[in-house]
Amino acid sequence: MTKAGLLALLSHWRRNPVQLFTLVVGLSLATALWSGVQAVNAEARASYDAAAETLGEGQFAQITSDIGTISQADYIALRRAGWLVSPVIEGRLDGVRLIGLDALTSPGGIAPVGLNDGAMTIDMLTAGVLFATQDTLDNIAEYGVQTVASPDVAPGVILTDVGTAQRLLDMPDVLSRLIVAPSRPLTQIPLGDVMPNLTLRAPQGGSDLGRLTDSFHLNLTAFGLLSFAVGIFIVHGAIGLAFEQRRPVIRTLRALGFPLGRLVALIGVELLVISLVAGAIGVGLGYLVAAALLPDVAATISGLYGQSVSGTLQLRPEWWVSGLLIAVGGTAMAAAASLWQLARMPLLASARPRAWAMQAGQGRLLQAGVAVALLILAGVLGWLGSGLVAGFGMLAALLIGAALALPVVLDRVLAFGAAQAKSVMAEWFWADTRQQLPGLSLALMALLLAMAANVGVSTMVSSFRLTFTGFLDQRLASEFYVYADDEEQALALRTFLETRVDKVLPIQSVEQNIRGLQSEVFGPTAHETYRDNWLFLNAAPNAWGDIENGVGAAINEQLARRADIDIGDEITFSGRSFPVLGIYGDYGNPIGQVIVTKTLFEDLFPAVSALRFGIRMDADDVPALAIELRETFGLAEANMINQAGIKAFSLSVFDRTFTITGALNVLTLAVAGFAILMSLLTLATMRLPQLAPVWAQGLTRARLGQIEIIRAVLLALLTAVLALPLGLALAWTLLAVVNVEAFGWRLPMFLFPLDYARLAGFAVVAAVLASLWPARKLARTRPADLLKVFSNER
Amino acid sequence: MNARIFPLLLLPVTASAQGFAGLGADSDGFSTPQEPAIFDFPSDHGPHDDYRIEWWYLTANLEAEDGTPYGLQWTLFRSALTPNGGEGWSSPQFWMGHAAVTTTDEHFVTERLARGGIGQAGVTAEPFEAWIDDWQLTGLDFDTLQMTASGPDFAYDMALNAQGPIVFHGADGYSVKSAAGQASYYYSQPFYDIQGTLSLPDGDVAVRGQAWLDREWSSQPLSDDQTGWDWFSLSLGDGKLMGFRLRQTDGTFYTSATWIEPDGVTTAYPDGAFDAQPLSRVSVAGRSVPTQWRVTLPDRGVDVTVQAINDAAWMDTSVPYWEGPVTVTGTHDGVGYLEMTGYE
Amino acid sequence: MLLNVTDLRKSYAGPDGALPILQGIDMMLNRGETLALTGESGSGKSTLLHLVGGLDQPDSGVVEVDGVDIGALDDAGRAAVRRDKVGVVFQQFNLIPSLTVGSNISFQARLGGREDKAWIADLSTRMGLREHLAKYPEQLSGGQQQRVAIARTLAAKPALVLADEPTGNLDEATADTVMDLMLELASETNAALLMVTHSQRLAGRMGRRLHLRAGRIDGSPT
Repeated sequence: MTKAGLLALLSHWRRNPVQLFTLVVGLSLATALWSGVQAVNAEARASYDAAAETLGEGQFAQITSDIGTISQADYIALRRAGWLVSPVIEGRLDGVRLIGLDALTSPGGIAPVGLNDGAMTIDMLTAGVLFATQDTLDNIAEYGVQTVASPDVAPGVILTDVGTAQRLLDMPDVLSRLIVAPSRPLTQIPLGDVMPNLTLRAPQGGSDLGRLTDSFHLNLTAFGLLSFAVGIFIVHGAIGLAFEQRRPVIRTLRALGFPLGRLVALIGVELLVISLVAGAIGVGLGYLVAAALLPDVAATISGLYGQSVSGTLQLRPEWWVSGLLIAVGGTAMAAAASLWQLARMPLLASARPRAWAMQAGQGRLLQAGVAVALLILAGVLGWLGSGLVAGFGMLAALLIGAALALPVVLDRVLAFGAAQAKSVMAEWFWADTRQQLPGLSLALMALLLAMAANVGVSTMVSSFRLTFTGFLDQRLASEFYVYADDEEQALALRTFLETRVDKVLPIQSVEQNIRGLQSEVFGPTAHETYRDNWLFLNAAPNAWGDIENGVGAAINEQLARRADIDIGDEITFSGRSFPVLGIYGDYGNPIGQVIVTKTLFEDLFPAVSALRFGIRMDADDVPALAIELRETFGLAEANMINQAGIKAFSLSVFDRTFTITGALNVLTLAVAGFAILMSLLTLATMRLPQLAPVWAQGLTRARLGQIEIIRAVLLALLTAVLALPLGLALAWTLLAVVNVEAFGWRLPMFLFPLDYARLAGFAVVAAVLASLWPARKLARTRPADLLKVFSNER
Repeated sequence: MNARIFPLLLLPVTASAQGFAGLGADSDGFSTPQEPAIFDFPSDHGPHDDYRIEWWYLTANLEAEDGTPYGLQWTLFRSALTPNGGEGWSSPQFWMGHAAVTTTDEHFVTERLARGGIGQAGVTAEPFEAWIDDWQLTGLDFDTLQMTASGPDFAYDMALNAQGPIVFHGADGYSVKSAAGQASYYYSQPFYDIQGTLSLPDGDVAVRGQAWLDREWSSQPLSDDQTGWDWFSLSLGDGKLMGFRLRQTDGTFYTSATWIEPDGVTTAYPDGAFDAQPLSRVSVAGRSVPTQWRVTLPDRGVDVTVQAINDAAWMDTSVPYWEGPVTVTGTHDGVGYLEMTGYE
Repeated sequence: MLLNVTDLRKSYAGPDGALPILQGIDMMLNRGETLALTGESGSGKSTLLHLVGGLDQPDSGVVEVDGVDIGALDDAGRAAVRRDKVGVVFQQFNLIPSLTVGSNISFQARLGGREDKAWIADLSTRMGLREHLAKYPEQLSGGQQQRVAIARTLAAKPALVLADEPTGNLDEATADTVMDLMLELASETNAALLMVTHSQRLAGRMGRRLHLRAGRIDGSPT
């Protein structure tokens, strides 16, 4: 009996393959976007975790020195005073970050390298082993030290034993900083009594990187959820339709004595199977999405935070499981109402499909109430809340509130339109559109969310880009940059150049350890170029004047953030302390930077002379000068940088960093379009009783089809108009709340009306594309099918 | 993570685990103990880097003024990866410190690990100084020592005074560990009076009692068919008894014992003279461990029951084992220490 | 001659090939005439009504309405005939659910550009619908809805009124009232009325009667 019932139920899909397709595709798309985003997130997080474990940052307290290094003798003295510290040495080997740790004392071992191999451990401790990803290992020369490709080490980092690192970096008996194990012996002597020159830094409660990138991931997750929600709208529609259309079969089966419980169970199993299949397809698709997006994500993150993420994707079992779970869960959510109704359906209920999507007026009122409450909550959170959580809470309340409010608002707008209608067609069009609203509102909500996200994120990205372009203009003020290979050449170059250009600005720099962090100290010539073009994010009064007088330094934001330095704090290098007078944005630079005046720099580092020069000149003459330099000095191409070129390059890097948001925007919009399509298809069958009288009174089917398209465009346009303020509110939250948390500063918000217009255009295109097929289907409905509406046999 | 490393360091490069903590490993390249044992003090109180494994192992039975019993352990292990090697960080010498305090209902343990060659841990013979991090066992000579150790939940600070001579086990300090002839150099100072302060979560406790310091070094102290040992150091009314039994894979035992008279005169007993049989077992750290024993040495009329003061004296360290204070009843009454290794 | 049907044939696709519904129908109707179409279920009377109303396309034969062969028209042409020449009252679902009763009544008239407000007002009053004009169809009873449908049809003053079991869902008393009004108003506008019905009683109130059997006219017209 079960088999017969199952066959009867399944025959529905055979007769309605498009419906099955919708169900599977909708669920697959939803799962794909969700699991794709999750995959990208998981991959990026795994990279951060590797980095965080590598660095031991955040998780453990650290001891650093104002002079940047700690002697090994001090380390031993601390151990002997009961401090369970572990040494870390950091430096650059062929430009790659080399980190030396002591596996025996480090609270995290030399994670993420698992030491389960005795022979390897002995080699590492006595002879030296370098652990890094294969890509990283490929970038370093041969040092006569065994190398082991280790995929879990953060990209761009080599891990090794502290002794090996000291040897390779030629820094005997020197350490960069100490990690403090959480365990503290009872008789530990206070740090100030042992090593007053060292500073204990408390654990940061989650790594810097984690905190910085959390909001980015949160953004991605929000996108993933949004996409999934949009997909679930589709699934809900498809399942609802399938249930409606199977009512006659179900009624017949029950009339023939098939138990209701078993029927519900059968349908449940059927949905489970479908959701598992669709979930598997979705996870597979998600993998592809993630693989396609990951290089961009890697670029985005390394561009934004100076943190590399490995560009390859690994299949992690948790995606599969979570992807399948969310597919099944989503299906259950979407099907719950239909199954509930089925379970309660009286045996002799009409087999005729009801207009299931139509909502009672009371439901509408409740929905409006919830929407208003959520919007008020969003306002309160925006007014009183602070921090990332409040920011995202506000976003959620705003988006959900607005989505719930959408049908109510559209209904009022359409009622207004109807009141203005002059012709009978217009009157019917408005009225009929209004009547269709409940059936389309889920899809329109999806469109609203997709578009608002699109407006919000593109506003944020474009505002960021505009700010960044201005920043580049500030930072790359010279038209041409030249790098000498050695001091002799530098001198000759300078002599040569000074007669040919407006001004030669030597750029002298030296690597220093500032509070345990590798940094570069610059000593630019005091020149109006800098005074004019360097803008501080945060500065003491008369900062440039004081810096030029040699009484202080400016540092980049990265250093300020990582070492927790504020205006007025002192930093020490080359044995002297300087107050920090200014903090400047230094987009994309992974390491710390300090700027002091040229005279002070020469005082501190007399042995360092400038090998780099910024050159002020007519931009048009740059290519000619480059040729001259190449011929006269044999200067390599890499030693000369044309400002125009570097700006273009920087901008391209920058733009690449945001392609992922663009890609997600397009995908989300596409999914919303699919939702509209499926809603229209779903409505098409039930709409015949509404359309048949109009047709019978003298409208062609073709005209009815056209009106369907116009209606979709109208609804999309109205939704777009409503999405704009919502998107701008989203953008404001991202810039003024989330961005402050993630990037540390508030970005000015710019408006991009052309972008919004284009977006509205996209929405209309999506609506047209989505309504084309249903409209065509309607235009080709057989008259006999329309006439059936009126006949008694229905 | 690092807790897993030390056992790895005890392994030779190619072999899998052999015997307890790899102590049955080959001695390739390392020096091996030779008979007759000839000691040179004070330098032999210091380390012997050309031997694979060495320890300075102190246990003490203590009493508070109210008679409450305590046990205390201070141990420094040296392990060499290779017989000779580099300096500084490249040194093949590794150090492991274990400190513990046992009360009747609690057992505090902590561990330290250190690389040799950088000064974090080591031993010098004269003046005598053994240390790892902030733990120390130091004195102008071996007879008068100060001892400290500290963990997250306990610490102690002790003074030790030897009341008798150093005693040698086996053949004048050449202690055979198996029928195949594996041996170690092994001597003890069992006559320390000890007093000082234990710092425990409930507060400081002034204690005094008796301590026993073992010195042993070797390159292959166990044969590869030996899986662990049960070692007793007992202070009885008319003398002290050191006895151990090595458990072998075929179910037999290899035993050895030394009877120490109050003036330090020793009698060494060969395999079979000393016997120890488990009377009852308890479950500790997921293992079944015998904490009550019948110990016999018929030649001295010893037939006693040895009972752990605290069954849970498990050393949850990189190389885990059981080590704790015991009471002795039977033909003789007294106190002592029990060490059991290789219970997996 | 308002309506002239010659050798009209129509079949529908069935599971075993074409299923003939009408197998050569000839009939005529003048303005002011009333004609009842009777016959068993499946005899093809509804199909004939649909073809005459330009709601469907014949396989062969001629349907001339007011001199125009609607079988030769395209979709738009047939729509124009429906809009301008014909009014149809079905058994159910006649009304546009999104429009008010008032809008429903005037819909076809306005669509054809023949709105006569005075006539529509008169019609609404006589149909007893005045107080219901602002309501939506779903708020009315079945009889009321059918009256709206009839009013809607007559409001556009079509030359040919087609009715397919217009009172089939109504009780006898209501059916009689509705029928009276329809006949009265049709004659007032000088429309021809072609009605499909099962009911011999209703058929008897019409001027002529055609009985269909298996797609053919049974016997001679009365």
